[in-house]
Amino acid sequence: MTGAQSLIRSLEAVGADTVFGIPGGAILPAYDPLMDSTKVRHILVRHEQGAGHAATGYAQATGKVGVCMATSGPGATNLVTPIADAYMDSVPMVAITGQVASKAIGTDAFQEADICGITMPITKHNYLVTDPAEIPRVIAEAFHIAATGRPGPVLVDIAKDALQATTTFRWPVEAALPGYRPVTKPHAKQIREAAKLLVNSKRPVLYVGGGVLKANAGTELRILAELTGAPVVTTLMAIGVFPDSHPQHLGMPGMHGSVPAVTALQKSDLLFTLGARFDDRVTGKLDSFAPNAKVVHADIDPAEIGKNRPADVPIVGDAREVLADLIVAVQAEFDAGHRGDYADWWTKLNHWKKTYPVGWEPAPDGRLSPQQVIERIGQLVGPDAIYAAGVGQHQMWASQFIQFEKPATWLNSGGAGTMGYAVPAAMGAKAGKPDTPVWAIDGDGCFQMTNQELTTCTLNNLPIKVAVINNGSLGMVRQWQTLFYNQRYSNTVLHSGPGHDGIEPPAQGTRIPDFVLLSEAMGCVGLRCERPEDLDAVIKQAMEINDRPVVIDFIVHQDAMVWPMVAAGTSNDEILFARGVRPDFGDDQD
Amino acid sequence: MTTMSKHTLSVLVENKPGVLARIAALFSRRGFNIDSLAVGPTEHPDISRMTIVVNVEELPLEQVTKQLNKLVNVIKIVELDQSQAVQRELVLVKVRADAETRSQVTEIVQLFRAKTVDVSPDAVTVEATGSSDKLEAMLRMLEPYGIKELVQSGLVAIGRGARSITDRSLRALDRSA
Repeated sequence: MTGAQSLIRSLEAVGADTVFGIPGGAILPAYDPLMDSTKVRHILVRHEQGAGHAATGYAQATGKVGVCMATSGPGATNLVTPIADAYMDSVPMVAITGQVASKAIGTDAFQEADICGITMPITKHNYLVTDPAEIPRVIAEAFHIAATGRPGPVLVDIAKDALQATTTFRWPVEAALPGYRPVTKPHAKQIREAAKLLVNSKRPVLYVGGGVLKANAGTELRILAELTGAPVVTTLMAIGVFPDSHPQHLGMPGMHGSVPAVTALQKSDLLFTLGARFDDRVTGKLDSFAPNAKVVHADIDPAEIGKNRPADVPIVGDAREVLADLIVAVQAEFDAGHRGDYADWWTKLNHWKKTYPVGWEPAPDGRLSPQQVIERIGQLVGPDAIYAAGVGQHQMWASQFIQFEKPATWLNSGGAGTMGYAVPAAMGAKAGKPDTPVWAIDGDGCFQMTNQELTTCTLNNLPIKVAVINNGSLGMVRQWQTLFYNQRYSNTVLHSGPGHDGIEPPAQGTRIPDFVLLSEAMGCVGLRCERPEDLDAVIKQAMEINDRPVVIDFIVHQDAMVWPMVAAGTSNDEILFARGVRPDFGDDQD
Repeated sequence: MTTMSKHTLSVLVENKPGVLARIAALFSRRGFNIDSLAVGPTEHPDISRMTIVVNVEELPLEQVTKQLNKLVNVIKIVELDQSQAVQRELVLVKVRADAETRSQVTEIVQLFRAKTVDVSPDAVTVEATGSSDKLEAMLRMLEPYGIKELVQSGLVAIGRGARSITDRSLRALDRSA
């Protein structure tokens, strides 16, 4: 058998059922046996970036390793953005790239790029394979590394001659990874210390990050939360792991977090941190973040502990095992008569919750407000669907106004902030969960970066829905220009050019391109909604179409802003509930 | 406040292509400076050993160690305490020396238990090993004669006593092989 056949057999053996990719010269040998595989479905995308984000969406929706494939040189470099994205958000992904023949490596051969060198800082690990005999072991290791410990992307670059050469296929193969031993079982003493701090604290917050979601520990989290009665905040990456409707849920912390979530962390005396990493978007100005709080920090990646904020009790372990052990340890504290009393804390928390719910200013008369569109989609489509967001205002509004109740229903680009993520990620999610409705909540700026994958969706029977929140501008950047650059809208307006003959620039929304026509050109149903009174009808119309993708162009007013907001580089104490409105925390009494 | 200080890390890595690049790139992208780096084989053909001297505070040192440990090809990292380890560098130095000054130069060489490894009418080449302090002292003595060329190795270090940092790692390697 050839190296290429060995590669496909290895992918089958490791359980890969879907590969997103595009063939090209160096990877061509692999595509021949791929055509015959009955176990691996290949989805031919229109751009390698789409393949990468689709693999991420697939992985985030299913919990399995996402796979993408590309050829050497530009094929591989087009994967760089989604690989970086997956690295920042700890998404299990394996990228397989063709490389020029081993003899040509290092000669600046046609379509040669040192993709291992290029992706070194944005992969968990990567491989250059020149010996076909190594293919099964490398594929097995790549999937193992991608999925275990702190998940992440692994790139496997295979020289063309290794794919063409004759080799033998052997499975199972034993991994040879003497330097890779992720710790999943937490230290018992640390667990006891953490439990002790929790029952002795007065103002604890369970600060929950994406690690809890990835460890599939939603149930354990809920048990611990309800056992202790402590409030919960879920970061952008953790949304869905704890039901939004739960009375102990304070919302999302961070730059656009809810007032109760941000404030609870600020005023807390114990940050009970689970699978979160004290990202700058959560902490604001680090040295003024939660100044009076002790820190319990549990993470599967030891390097995250103490990286940004020193931990009083560090716990290295898988979030699910950590939570399971904590439940037992907290129960033991209870049995010994130690129980936290958070009644005063909840009085304050409930006051903030009641006084400062997330909301929005109404749109000008007759105009659609973007928040209303997103909230209504969430209400009509419901919590069983999967929502993938792009990056910007619409992403924040989706995180705020869609009620998430279940894990793995919220996909977005958190760490990297990759515009253009939504459409291909939704496509990947739909490929992995064909029976689940998948909605992309996208902005008109994001949508113009990756909408070509709608063609892929149409041709591969992946009927996703795309809600384009079309405000005719790069909304989040525009918001910063409004707030910090004296309303000078430099290059954020997408609907006006330097004067096209006979074309009036529209007052609202991007009309060039016309998203309805564009979507129809790609075989989708294109709908447009401009008036609040049409909102429900158009969403319901989209929900009823299941034989092809649907794109709805929601023309929304352009001045809506995301609130609350902590301006970049400032303290979370400076959170603004709305423009110019700082919540009253009763600071004088503190 | 902690202060910057030198730390010697012994890093056992898999002997595979690209490992040095991974480690060097990690230091660079995380903003840590390498004072010196030496890499070579060990008693086990599948394991290389790097000795890295970094100049950092206590907290960043912990972070750099943790980040290094995350590299899949890194098997083990040990910080060698200066007082508990033998640390050596090698220097080759070409010193201006004619018939008149040669004997003075060779006297300095003997004082530092160094060796003259090459002689020509206008220069001698000296080989010396030792701690950084000793080599610096020797070079200060040689400087007045005129140093024409100097090359110095990275520091290598090994812990004192019978214990070996490679024992357990080798067993791990055998298991995975």
